[in-house]
Amino acid sequence: MTQNSTKLVATPGQTIGPFYGYALPYEKDSQLVHRAHAGSIRLHGVVYDGQGTPIPDALLEIWQADETGVISRETGSLVRDDHTFTGFGRVAVDNEGHYTFTTVNPGATQEGKAPFISLVVFARGLLNKLHTRIYLPEDTDALAKDPLLSSLPEERRKTLIATREANGDLYFDIRLQGENETVFLSYPGA
Amino acid sequence: MTANTDETFDESHVIENDSAVIDSDAAADSQDFITNQINKIHDEYQQRKAEGKPEETQPRIDFAPYRSSVLRHPTKDLHHADPETIELWSPAFGHRDVHALEADLTIQHNGEPLGERIVVRGKVLDGAGRPVRNQLVEIWQANAAGRYIHKRDQHPAPIDPNFTGVGRCLTGDDGSYEFTTIKPAPYPWKNHHNAWRPAHIHFSLFGTDFTQRMITQMYFPGDPLFSLDPIYQSITDQKARDRLVATYDHNVTSHEWATGYTWDIVLSGSNRTWMEDEDAE
Repeated sequence: MTQNSTKLVATPGQTIGPFYGYALPYEKDSQLVHRAHAGSIRLHGVVYDGQGTPIPDALLEIWQADETGVISRETGSLVRDDHTFTGFGRVAVDNEGHYTFTTVNPGATQEGKAPFISLVVFARGLLNKLHTRIYLPEDTDALAKDPLLSSLPEERRKTLIATREANGDLYFDIRLQGENETVFLSYPGA
Repeated sequence: MTANTDETFDESHVIENDSAVIDSDAAADSQDFITNQINKIHDEYQQRKAEGKPEETQPRIDFAPYRSSVLRHPTKDLHHADPETIELWSPAFGHRDVHALEADLTIQHNGEPLGERIVVRGKVLDGAGRPVRNQLVEIWQANAAGRYIHKRDQHPAPIDPNFTGVGRCLTGDDGSYEFTTIKPAPYPWKNHHNAWRPAHIHFSLFGTDFTQRMITQMYFPGDPLFSLDPIYQSITDQKARDRLVATYDHNVTSHEWATGYTWDIVLSGSNRTWMEDEDAE
């Protein structure tokens, strides 16, 4: 390990604005796996503003481990071959603020660790990116031991845990403001 | 027909005072009103900085002069998290994903786009000054008339059939990127009456850690619209605002071809444990 000698100040972020439509979305951007892939699930939900109105022009990205907890180092997220799992997905929400990813349940990256999907949110009106985590609801022991979740009061903690639907899909809403505002994260060195 | 540009999309709410959100036409506010609001926030920041509060380096996400931010920012503080597992890595992009020609926005159609041809070049570095290697950079921008290719940009400026305004590249081993494009023009938007955005290019960046993910905007030196723009001015500190402004560089300018700008981008710190071989320059 080396010491970091220089410490540069990060460049400021700015809003994604409304006009990313030809630049950022791409074919199969939200399909981390093909729908026919064994074990594929839908991860979906709605992005809301502070009045509970769906935001129709947010862009979301997810980054996650595969079903066995392996973090992919494969390229090919922008040109999907329907076989390689790259772990990255992007989606522009629809006119009703709804998003859908086709993916798999991430496995635990270490024994006993609560699996989660890393999520970043961009939107017109949002002046900088927002990070959060989407936890799977099943492993309640692991969730109880999770350092982030256990640092949160109960009512805030639940904003980070997805709901499992009857057909196996995951449902996760993102509330930028107001009642049940999603917990957004900052990291050291930001 | 009502112009359906930019901020009209769902803009039915503005803040009239610090507490009440009411229905109104956002575009009714004057530039003076917005400028005063910006200056008040900046003055308060300067005062707090003089009292020893830390220097701000990122935009405020709660910045009322930018009307659309009012209902779209979290009101609770960001919660500190120690990055774990997946957050310490980033997706990998390669030549399967990005073709070298995608870095030239002037060759995507049959003819030459109109406007001032420019080269924008720089490096992507992390907070320790390490080059961010072989990583994806995406850009998008308006054309030389200030018009985007987008169904919601309907303002009366011409579309250029030879310019889409979208590019991508991968950084080199030294973190370098380079795009050839056309200098974008300012364009009007609906934040307030007679609102114009300074000319800018949107940049989307990945680091070595997903926590470094960033979208921002690069501006051009000396833009007369800087002081009037609530998006640029959402960064309260002048030093931080300056970090978004490219430098005209005559060494990047090429004879009888294109003027040149340089702009380096610094991502937040990496939290990964770096090994000697990864760190070696």
